[in-house]
Amino acid sequence: MQSIIDVRQVTKTYASGFSALKGIDLQIRRGEIFALLGPNGAGKTTLISIICGIVNPSSGNVLADGHDVVRDFRAARERIGLVPQELTTDAFETVWDTVSFSRALFGKRPNSAYIEKVLRDLSLWNKKDSKLMTLSGGMKRRVMIAKALSHEPPILFLDEPTAGVDVELRRDMWAMVRALRDTGVTIILTTHYIDEAEEMADRIGVINKGELILVEGKAELMEKLGRKQLILQLQAPLQAIPAALAGYPLALSDDGQQLVYTFDAQGENTGIDTLLRRLGEAGIDFKDLQTRQSSLEDIFVSLVEDRA
Amino acid sequence: MKFNWHGMGAIYRFEMARTRRTLLQSIVSPVISTTLYFVVFGAAMGSHMGGIDGVSYGAYIVPGLIMLSLLTQSISNASFGIYFPKFTGTIYEILSAPVSYLEILGGYVGAAASKSVLLGVIILVTARLFVDFDVAHPIWMVAFLILTSVTFSLFGFIIGIWADGFEKLQLVPLLIVTPLTFLGGSFYSIHILPPLWQKISLFNPVVYLISGFRWSFYGVSDVSVEISMGMTLLFLAACMAGVWWIFRTGYRLKA
Repeated sequence: MQSIIDVRQVTKTYASGFSALKGIDLQIRRGEIFALLGPNGAGKTTLISIICGIVNPSSGNVLADGHDVVRDFRAARERIGLVPQELTTDAFETVWDTVSFSRALFGKRPNSAYIEKVLRDLSLWNKKDSKLMTLSGGMKRRVMIAKALSHEPPILFLDEPTAGVDVELRRDMWAMVRALRDTGVTIILTTHYIDEAEEMADRIGVINKGELILVEGKAELMEKLGRKQLILQLQAPLQAIPAALAGYPLALSDDGQQLVYTFDAQGENTGIDTLLRRLGEAGIDFKDLQTRQSSLEDIFVSLVEDRA
Repeated sequence: MKFNWHGMGAIYRFEMARTRRTLLQSIVSPVISTTLYFVVFGAAMGSHMGGIDGVSYGAYIVPGLIMLSLLTQSISNASFGIYFPKFTGTIYEILSAPVSYLEILGGYVGAAASKSVLLGVIILVTARLFVDFDVAHPIWMVAFLILTSVTFSLFGFIIGIWADGFEKLQLVPLLIVTPLTFLGGSFYSIHILPPLWQKISLFNPVVYLISGFRWSFYGVSDVSVEISMGMTLLFLAACMAGVWWIFRTGYRLKA
């Protein structure tokens, strides 16, 4: 399947000499939700800004739905909606006017039925005649999404959509993003909330210090890099791991109350059954046991730290 | 999509709506301050002052005063129009939209120039209430009015891009354009100056604008109307070159 966004060898060095992007190659599939994950200053916003035409790349090129974003900028930009990270809106305009402005700016003829639908979908309809400066932060965020959707783009960029947003609005936002995806819109979101990527994304790209260090389906990523742990709460504390269990990857907690066994969840033989048998033979009793799967956060932290 | 008329129209309407919201500041206040000059120098003191080049003093200063408003208002309107979205960050939307530089210019500079032409006409009509004058060459008058509005709106656009603070926005109109206009023959003919100052005045670009504009009213001028028109077109070309360079390099617009 042809990718809807094709980033080829894009680099960006700012005038200060700072190298924000070091040769990014990235293909976004049509209709997916792609999460670009990375710490602050990793290059997420720079990459999005280049795709959307706000920043010029130093080298390389980007195709949006087959159109070069520099040479064929009209066709490329018509297809893209952008919700930037900062809440930047006019103050004196009404919600209706600012969304209509965006539609016209992107070259579309007026369509009040469509604008009404967008505003209703975003629960903005009863605010349509309010001036922007009277709206709360969450409402402004919705207005910016409405502006980005006003020209019916098949590609939507959300730069940190839930930064500084309360829990309820965050849930709403996620539901809205899913609903959009169901209508066929491709969504690229950046976030440094890992649970957001875990919750939403079909695929995940991890960017750090201007390099894309990994692009994977979320499920594969969790499988490939995910570790499982078995935690045993002991009846009586141990001083050391008994010699009988020396062959196992075991760790003893500082207080001697917990024995932690790390294993590969994908392995044919997890070794749990023999471990438990050996424990019985060694006379070690436990009162509770639990298993724990590493989260995307653990994976992310280990990836970024490896490269540090 | 070849030319984004909707996009250009959206910017133009946005800017015109801003004028309507700030009617007092953008139209009423320059009209009143200019009218004060007509009242004082035309109606009140005019009869005690000798005319210049056979034109009564009150009438003589009308073209120069219209030019003064035209220049300062074109610059401040256009510079504020593009500076403000840069300041608030809403410029992101313009930069990410399928609008070319021509459409951005058509929207911002077109709106600023429209306001200036409108303002010029209002001041002209108001002046007629206090001072008696005729317009000898209306077509030239309109041509100067429009060309000056467009040129100085372009100049204002450049200043708005260049400015990185509200202070710089005020700097050029207050410290450069207003003195040049006062010294450019708004209130006198440069022929009454000593020879050295006459020569120095010829380096003041505003002299040509005022002289040409006044010629279109009364048929009298400090420099010939062809030279005035030529200089006006030269300034227009210079501003267009400046804008072209800004968009080509992305100066202060794109990293």
